[in-house]
Amino acid sequence: MDLLLTIMTAATPLLLAALGEVVVERSGVLNLGVEGMMVMGAVCGFGAAFLTGNPWIGVLGSIVGGTLMALLFGVLTLTLVANQVATGLALTLLGLGLSGLIGESFVGQPGIKLPQFMRVDPLIPFSLFLTVATSFVLFRTKAGLIIRAVGNSHASAHALGYKVVAVRYACVAFGGACAGLAGGYLSLVYTPQWVENMTAGKGWIALALVVFASWLPYRAAIGAYLFGAISILAFTVQTFAWGIPSQFLSALPYLVTVLALVFISGNKGLTRANTPACLGQPFVPDR
Amino acid sequence: MALVLEKRGEASTTMALASPVIALALTVITGGIIFALRGDNPFSALYVYFVEPWVELWSVEQIIVKAAPLVLIAAGLSVCYLANVWNIGAEGQFTAGAILGGAIPVLFPEWQSPLTLVAMLVLGTLGGMAWGAIPAYLRNRFGANEILTSLMLVYVVQLFLDWLVRGPWRDPQGFNFPKSITFSGWQLLPNLWSSVHLGVVFALIAALALGFMMARTLKGFEIRVAGRSPRAARFAGFSEPRTVMFCFLLSGGLAGLAGVAEIASVIGQIQPQISPGYGFAAIIVAFLGRLNPVGVIVAGVLLALSYIGGEAAQVSLGISDKISKVFQGILLFYILACDTLILYRFKNTKA
Repeated sequence: MDLLLTIMTAATPLLLAALGEVVVERSGVLNLGVEGMMVMGAVCGFGAAFLTGNPWIGVLGSIVGGTLMALLFGVLTLTLVANQVATGLALTLLGLGLSGLIGESFVGQPGIKLPQFMRVDPLIPFSLFLTVATSFVLFRTKAGLIIRAVGNSHASAHALGYKVVAVRYACVAFGGACAGLAGGYLSLVYTPQWVENMTAGKGWIALALVVFASWLPYRAAIGAYLFGAISILAFTVQTFAWGIPSQFLSALPYLVTVLALVFISGNKGLTRANTPACLGQPFVPDR
Repeated sequence: MALVLEKRGEASTTMALASPVIALALTVITGGIIFALRGDNPFSALYVYFVEPWVELWSVEQIIVKAAPLVLIAAGLSVCYLANVWNIGAEGQFTAGAILGGAIPVLFPEWQSPLTLVAMLVLGTLGGMAWGAIPAYLRNRFGANEILTSLMLVYVVQLFLDWLVRGPWRDPQGFNFPKSITFSGWQLLPNLWSSVHLGVVFALIAALALGFMMARTLKGFEIRVAGRSPRAARFAGFSEPRTVMFCFLLSGGLAGLAGVAEIASVIGQIQPQISPGYGFAAIIVAFLGRLNPVGVIVAGVLLALSYIGGEAAQVSLGISDKISKVFQGILLFYILACDTLILYRFKNTKA
């Protein structure tokens, strides 16, 4: 039971960020700035909790931080139709820099941990609820149908009278809120403190999870838990001290990500069916 | 009244050149606002940050030395991005180059001849190429997204470097500090004048050679076609996997060369931290330089200024040097935003 809880703790930030990105990419937008939104969520969450003394305001702060970054991405890629890949990279670079500057006075300060209910962090059941909810909305409601229509054929969706850009803004903002919350989970639950670059590539791993999950929320949950299990395994092996250098075990999650991408991308049947057809393509309505 | 984007008949060459200038101006203005919000005098802060580094000779040298790795890496990256090949793991290829090139002085500390330096530079380049070949192979063979794989490999090689300098490569006489032996003689790049080393020449040659390749050779044409119209490239018989591999080997090799040049000059040994994020800053340099290997030279100097100016602002104004990373991020945002006006223009419509 304890082991399962530890795995869940490691998996939850990845799951939250991946769920947000599933929705973003289903609407046809490729936001590679998850790492930047996540790290801003982490610093805003820590800062809001530290300044007010209330960890729940911290959670709110992390969501706001991630959403604002996502909206910045939206203005560039949706309104100004900038290249999505380059803008996503810019978002990550800006997020890492800005969070370092904002968080400078928080370094070494005691963090405030989110209270637990019955030894469980409340964000863990929330992430599971969000998995079900995301899947339900995407595949069982009209809103989900519109999101997927916009992602699969923005020209047709536009012709049918749907506001492509508005739908995408909403999805991008949701993705930012999720990534921000994932960052807040890191700085308020996982290790309640602020350390520069504390996301350490988790945003990128979440992006890989979306591909691994072939854009399906339930598979994202399975992937995140597999991933959590592997990182906890690496951590446990480390304590046995079998002479394996700790750096090699720390590198394991990144290598596993590469292997997972290779495995899933080689399997054309799995990926092709679900890849949003308009992923990464800019949309400017012709009038 | 509403402003909407309208596609231009053809790309505006004026805007293509004006865009980075506007972006720079906006970044400086935003910088002034940030300084003012912090309670500093924005004009003197901007002076310290952007102008003062040019006043003293030693800091001009610093800018040139910092620009060298940025230009080397960004020249290769701009070729990649033109081909629509997204190598964002240059930081890892830089590190791989430093490790393989640095193996020579660490493993054969007694070997001192001009060939030592040549071997280091060749191995460093090969190290970067090898590390870059992995994401290219995985994309070609399995269709794995090169953005994610190249980035993941950055973390892997950085952890490997960390293990090397804390373990087998640690200097036995180094009081347990995680550092290798210090290099000397032919293990170091010769200086051209005072602190400016030979790496600067490599950067200039690489940028000019790639500029020539892109503008005047069939290979350059192949790359541009592959980037603009993959379908047309296929009809012309240009192999996509070959272009992907070529781009990664080229940019990886240059990043590796930059890595070994850095440890064989400024740093002079191998340590856990060998780069202040050159591989990522070079992405900004590539875009600021219009993905043109020659434009990259100017852009590299500007980004180097952001590092040196950040250090100056920290010393004389007590502003955190983290501000330089913020400026770099903001600059890239403004460039991308201004680039919209190359292909589009704003039209005033009455709704």
